[in-house]
Amino acid sequence: MSKAIIAPLPGVFYRRPSPDQPEYVREGDQVNPGDIVGLIEIMKTFYELKAEESGVVAGFLVNNEDIVDAGQEIALLK
Amino acid sequence: MIKVLKPGLQTTVQDQGRLGLYEIGMPPSGAMDQFALRVGNMIVGNHPNAAVLEITYIGPELIFEKDTQISLTGGLIPPKINGVPVPMWETLAVKAGDVLSFDFVKSGARIYLAVEGGIDVPLVMNSRSTYTLIGIGGFEGRALAEGDVLATGDLHERKVAAGTRIEESLIPTFGRSHEIRVIVGLCSYRLTEESKRIFLETEWTVTPEANRIGYRHKGQRLQFVEREQPFGAGSNPSNVTDLGYPIGSIQVPDGVEPIVLLHDAVTGGGYATVATVISTDLNRMGQIKTNEKVKFVSVGLEEALQIRKENQLVLNKIAENIASR
Repeated sequence: MSKAIIAPLPGVFYRRPSPDQPEYVREGDQVNPGDIVGLIEIMKTFYELKAEESGVVAGFLVNNEDIVDAGQEIALLK
Repeated sequence: MIKVLKPGLQTTVQDQGRLGLYEIGMPPSGAMDQFALRVGNMIVGNHPNAAVLEITYIGPELIFEKDTQISLTGGLIPPKINGVPVPMWETLAVKAGDVLSFDFVKSGARIYLAVEGGIDVPLVMNSRSTYTLIGIGGFEGRALAEGDVLATGDLHERKVAAGTRIEESLIPTFGRSHEIRVIVGLCSYRLTEESKRIFLETEWTVTPEANRIGYRHKGQRLQFVEREQPFGAGSNPSNVTDLGYPIGSIQVPDGVEPIVLLHDAVTGGGYATVATVISTDLNRMGQIKTNEKVKFVSVGLEEALQIRKENQLVLNKIAENIASR
């Protein structure tokens, strides 16, 4: 069964803390509640998108720098 | 006293604004949704200009350190007290030790927390509103941060019974596409006739660049009428000789991405302002989220004034309803 990580607010989605750093998490990585999986930039603020459950990252449903919507599924955990 | 356990994304102290200072280039700031501010204060029996917290997208977590009454108005960011959902648009009694928190935003973009007496921060140029760009007003000129402690003031005028609720039909609701009424002008003469039509016919999408300063929209490119560059104007066809920018004015730098200037915006400059959002619809503008749709609808000045009058009548009716309880 897969569990989705949902964007709570709209903005630009980033998978890395900064362009020259590695991605927070990749497919197949284990995540635990509170782990950062990406950033959403809105109003010149970066919101840290965190996993709320533990699981293995099955995949991302949006690309780096995509504009995402409030309530949109960002990644799936299995 | 109210202690900030978590600040939320951008939580600021706002009142009706820092009005009448355009001549020194000072924008008004103040609540983006003035309807929600006004009603929020009514529901707790405050003076209309008592300061509230404006909460955007992600709510804070706050602990009340004494018994008081509060209200939550504006966009639907579902509030909870001690983890239990509580209604908006209603006088709520809270006890010392109660914790207010919020679920993820459901509709609208901003919710307002009014507290009996108002949030007490120093007056700066006669207002408690936060203007974060230059760091004045509000709580130390900035958005709230973890550990801040807010005092409440003495702008409480009358006791309102807990459980007092606004009539459902008077509560605004917010979808995902919005009709925003504008008065075309002052510099709409700079647009070609076709672009004037396109401006009003396009369903614009709000970009991630949407905040208290302004909202930027994606849609179609607009074209300007050919002209000889006037003295004092920039070389881009979207430039004019500098003029004042009223709150709600819409400029289209280079013909791409119209920007609606809002409460924290620059007060003047050299872009052609093609239309101005009517004052009543600025409230709705403040409840629009990135990615939502906006259509600008042209109205005349008489109609705009009539709409303002009707909005005032709704506020009067709400005030009467509360007073009659």
